Amino acid sequence: MSELQISPGSVRDDLRTEPRLVRGIIIAIALIFLTVFVVLPLVVVFAQAFSRGIGAYVAALSDPEALSAIRLTLCVAAISVSLNLVFGLVAAWAIAKFDFRGKTFLISLIDLPFSVSPVISGLVFVLLFGAQGYWGPWLQSHNVHVLFAVPGIALATIFVTFPFVARALIPLMQEQGTQEEEAAISLGASGLQTFFRVTLPNIKWGVLYGVLLSNARAMGEFGAVSVVSGHIRGETNTMPLLVEILYNEYQFVSSFAIASLLALLALITLVAKTILERHLDEGQLPRGD
Amino acid sequence: MIRRILPVVAGLFWVGSAFAADVTLLNVSYDPTRELYGDFNKAFAAAYQKETGKSVEIKQSHGGSGSQARAVIDGLQADVVTLALAYDVDAIAAKGLLSADWQKRLPLNASPYTSTIVFLVRKGNPKGIKDWDDLIKPGVDVITPNPKTSGGARWNYLAAWGYALKKYGSADKAKQFVGDIYKNVPVLDTGARGSTVTFVERGVGDVLLAWENEAFLAQREFGKDKFEIVSPPLSILAEPPLSIVDAVADKKGSRAVAEAYLRYWYTKDGQEIAARNSYRPRDPEIAKQYESSFAKVELFTIDDVFGGWAKAQKEHFSEGGVFDQIYKN
Repeated sequence: MSELQISPGSVRDDLRTEPRLVRGIIIAIALIFLTVFVVLPLVVVFAQAFSRGIGAYVAALSDPEALSAIRLTLCVAAISVSLNLVFGLVAAWAIAKFDFRGKTFLISLIDLPFSVSPVISGLVFVLLFGAQGYWGPWLQSHNVHVLFAVPGIALATIFVTFPFVARALIPLMQEQGTQEEEAAISLGASGLQTFFRVTLPNIKWGVLYGVLLSNARAMGEFGAVSVVSGHIRGETNTMPLLVEILYNEYQFVSSFAIASLLALLALITLVAKTILERHLDEGQLPRGD
Repeated sequence: MIRRILPVVAGLFWVGSAFAADVTLLNVSYDPTRELYGDFNKAFAAAYQKETGKSVEIKQSHGGSGSQARAVIDGLQADVVTLALAYDVDAIAAKGLLSADWQKRLPLNASPYTSTIVFLVRKGNPKGIKDWDDLIKPGVDVITPNPKTSGGARWNYLAAWGYALKKYGSADKAKQFVGDIYKNVPVLDTGARGSTVTFVERGVGDVLLAWENEAFLAQREFGKDKFEIVSPPLSILAEPPLSIVDAVADKKGSRAVAEAYLRYWYTKDGQEIAARNSYRPRDPEIAKQYESSFAKVELFTIDDVFGGWAKAQKEHFSEGGVFDQIYKN
């Protein structure tokens, strides 16, 4: 496999055949683009958040509604990420290590949330769990609240984030093949032992990578959650929803203070992603042990 | 620094059960009433505690009036709805969640506060907008939300229609006139507050058609040196209605509190809160007291000119209705 790879040096040599001016222009365009679309918005968010000083910033974050939104967002992210971790692991394991009918169909099914607009995903849950929907009347009569409550928000978030873990693991596990597992089983390991001692250690960075991306999306989701939230103050507003609400209430400092937390989360995700990607690249090299 | 952040972190893990009230109500309301109900809920909770010794917490949900009604129909557990127009409450009643005669259960059409539609213009009124006729002039950009989703937008539309009908005397001419206004509308937001933000924050447009209370609020938030309110001589009497959602209140056993909550609007205190938030109070005494706050506008009602909400909704805002015909051209 390593013979097939083009060494990074040779790519760079090819680039150097371009005239200096062209290279300069391309780099400048990329930089300007990055500044306008990535750096500036970030700077604006933090500048607005701190425009009335750190006191106002902290006050905005310690408001009961803000705290409730942060709490809800963390809670929903924890639920959806852990469920999707299990689901993603199982799905990737089945797809990468076994052959069965309908495998391609399953793969495209996993990708479905990527191709469906989040608003539509939210509406699907309204159709299923709404009082006028399929299961709504039964749930209502048993006093179970799914829609416009935490379960509905968690469900919608799970739906939009479920491809991430599976998507991160499938190529990795396919590439690793089944030899190591076969070896373990032929040496007498049970299925579970094989999974925890062989499969899992091989994919741990991939798992973290998937968890990271799905967490970022879970905390930032707006569309689907907005449809199922009901926007009850201090109860069913997540951070992204509260950002919009506060903005519409002319509370710009508070709004950008919450937004700055989300931006911070994005930055942390970015750094963690870079670190994980480095580990993943290493993991793909043939291991010495 | 640490000491400042500490309460935030502590608050995150604090579940808040010690704070739980004896009774909780959910009030599902429309967009511009956020500040109004912020005030009203505090006053009611204090009054209720004083009278009964029980603490009550009122949770709020705000959004476009139509979509809020939809959410209640889909199962949002609202004890009371306080929406922008009667039709949206009728829609909930049609699903059997509240009694069809809801508007008779409280005095004054179940609308303890009213408002009207005014124009918010930029400082100095550079386009010289004084009356509805000025809105159809070429080069005047008018900001109003989408009547399909926004209650305020429907009042805007009907106010313009009522004016044209009175001035030109025929429905065809009124349709022409309202159509000309919408030709000057560059963007249709989904809710009243969205339109206000478009006009005030993003600086789009020359005139905002707005709830009177919304226009006053924008002026308070951003300063009188930036915006002026122009009240046209003729406009519509907007009656935002209230109702208990019977199905929810009965299930939760909250009817008595919900009833007291809505009735509180009809007290002097309630009326005063409405007036302070630039909603027109119904109580003659309070109205007199706040007379100078509101411009004298000749107001017509939806019943007089359009024969009630059900009829107006069907004729103008339903699929293929007059608004669709106008906006397509």
